Amino acid sequence: MKKTIITVLGHDCVGIIAKVCTYLAENNINILDISQTITGGYFNMMMITDASACEKSTAQIAEEMDAFGKTMNLSIRCMQEDIFNSMHRI
Amino acid sequence: MITMREAAETVHMITSENLDVRTITMGISLLDCADPDLDRVNEKIYRKITRLAKDLVRTGEEISGEYGIPIVNKRISVTPVALVGAGACKRPEDFVTIARTLDAAAHEVGVNFIGGYSALVSKGMTPADEMLIRSIPEAMKCTERVCSSVNVGSTKCGIDMDAVRLLGEVVRETAERTADAGSIGCAKLVVFCNAPDDNPFMAGAFHGVTEGDAVINVGVSGPGVVKSALEHVRGADFETLCETIKKTAFKITRVGQLVAQEASRRLGVPFGIIDLSLAPTPAVGDSVADILCEIGLEYAGAPGTTAALALLNDQVKKGGVMASSYVGGLSGAFIPVSEDQGMIKAAQEGALTLEKLEAMTCVCSVGLDMIVIPGDTSAATISGIIADEMAIGMVNQKTTAVRLIPAVGKKVGDRVEFGGLLGYAPVMPVNPYSCEAFIGRRGRIPAPIHSFKN
Repeated sequence: MKKTIITVLGHDCVGIIAKVCTYLAENNINILDISQTITGGYFNMMMITDASACEKSTAQIAEEMDAFGKTMNLSIRCMQEDIFNSMHRI
Repeated sequence: MITMREAAETVHMITSENLDVRTITMGISLLDCADPDLDRVNEKIYRKITRLAKDLVRTGEEISGEYGIPIVNKRISVTPVALVGAGACKRPEDFVTIARTLDAAAHEVGVNFIGGYSALVSKGMTPADEMLIRSIPEAMKCTERVCSSVNVGSTKCGIDMDAVRLLGEVVRETAERTADAGSIGCAKLVVFCNAPDDNPFMAGAFHGVTEGDAVINVGVSGPGVVKSALEHVRGADFETLCETIKKTAFKITRVGQLVAQEASRRLGVPFGIIDLSLAPTPAVGDSVADILCEIGLEYAGAPGTTAALALLNDQVKKGGVMASSYVGGLSGAFIPVSEDQGMIKAAQEGALTLEKLEAMTCVCSVGLDMIVIPGDTSAATISGIIADEMAIGMVNQKTTAVRLIPAVGKKVGDRVEFGGLLGYAPVMPVNPYSCEAFIGRRGRIPAPIHSFKN
C-alpha cells in the first residue's frame, strides 16, 4: 500500500473538510488518519490516505487538489509519504 | 507516523523556501564510441546517448509529480570528449562536429545541458587534448546546450601552465565569439584543479574514466531552507548555529537520496552519488550570500566572510554525510556571483571583490564562479587568475574552478544579463598589474611536497 499525505493550509471557512473528503471519496481514496487544528484563524490539516484503489496517479491527484484548493483560497498538497519519512526519520 | 508539524515543515520548505532537487544528471561513458572514423564516432555517440537517456526527463517529471518536490534540471554528463575523439579527430574542427552531435542528442532527449566537452590535462596535453581546447570557442558558439571543462591541475600532478596559458586565450576568444549574447559562451566553460569524476552540476560535469557505463548522480540544493532555519536562532552561540545547519543539511540530503534511488530504480541505471552542494539561483530567497548575512555579516565579502563560509561548508558536509552513504561531486557551498541575488548585491555595493572571492574559495567547494570582468582584460591576466585558483586547489587538496566571463565591450560597473539560472552580474574590477612574464614561461608547476604519500 502506497500512502499519500495531504496537507491543507489556509484561511478557515465553512466546508473545507467536506469538500476535501468528497473529492477523496469520489476518487476512491481511503482516509487512514486526520489531524486538524486552527491557529489564529488559519486552518491546518494533514491527512494520511491510501490511494491504491484510485486509478489516477499521485501527480494527477496532486494537480486536481491544488486546482480546487485555489478556488477556496487554500494551499493543498498531495505527496507520497516516503518523502516525509526520508526527511524526518532515520 | 509523521506528525502534522513535520508534514507542514516539509511542505513549507518546498513552497516557501525554494527546496528543490537541483539536478538529476545521468553520467554516460562514451569510451566504447571511440573509432578511427569520425562519422562513426558521431553516430555511435548520438545513438548511445539517445538510447540510455531517452526516459530521463520523463522519469524526473514523474518523480517530481509523485513526491511534490521540484526537480529543476535533468542533465547528462559524458566521458571527456578529448579521449573519445582522439582517434578520429585530426583538426579542432573535427572535435566541433562531436560538440554538434552532443547538442543534437541533448535536444532529442530534452535535457537542458550536456557536460563533458572536456580534456584532462593536469600533467600535459596530448595533441587531441590541445585540439579540443582550441576548438572550445567555436564549439561554444555553435551549440546551445554543450558545456565544456578542462582540468589543468591536481595535487598529485601539479599544474600544466601551458594549458593555463592556452586557456586564458581560449576564454577570451570564447567571449568574443559569443559577444552578441553577453559573452555567454564563457558561462559554459570551467577550468578545474582536482576535478571530481562524478560532479552532477554544470558547467563542470563530465563522466570520469573511473566510472561505470552509466550512472545517476543527484545534486540537491536548498540555501533558502538553511537561511530560514537560521532565522530562528539569531544571536545564538556557535554550537546552536552549527547544529541547526547540520540538521537542515541532513533533511535536504535525505530528499536527494530518495529521488536518486527512485530515479536509479526506474531508469535501471546504478545510483552514483549525492552532491551536497548548496546551489543558489538568482531567485530571491535562494541565496548562499543571504545565509552568510544571516550568520551575522552586513554583506557577503565583509570581514568574517571566509570564517562564516568555512563554518557553513563544514556543517553542510557533516549533516549531509549521515543522510547518504554515497556523497561525492563537489559537495559544499557554491558561490557564483551572477547566480546569487545576495552576491550580486554585495558586488554592486563594492563589498565583494575578486580577491575576497578568491579567499572564500579556499574554504568552499568550488571557485571563482560566474564572475564578469571587463571585456578588455588580457589573456595573460585571465591565465594569471586561473593559475592562482589552481594553486589554491593543488596545495589544499581540494577542487577549485574558474568560470570567468570577460564581457566584450563592457567595463567596470556595467551590468551583463544572461537570463534564467545564469542570472545577471555587475562587471567587477580586476587587478590591473601585469603577470605576462610569469604566464609566458613554458612547462608546468610541480606537484607539492605533500602529494608524495607513497
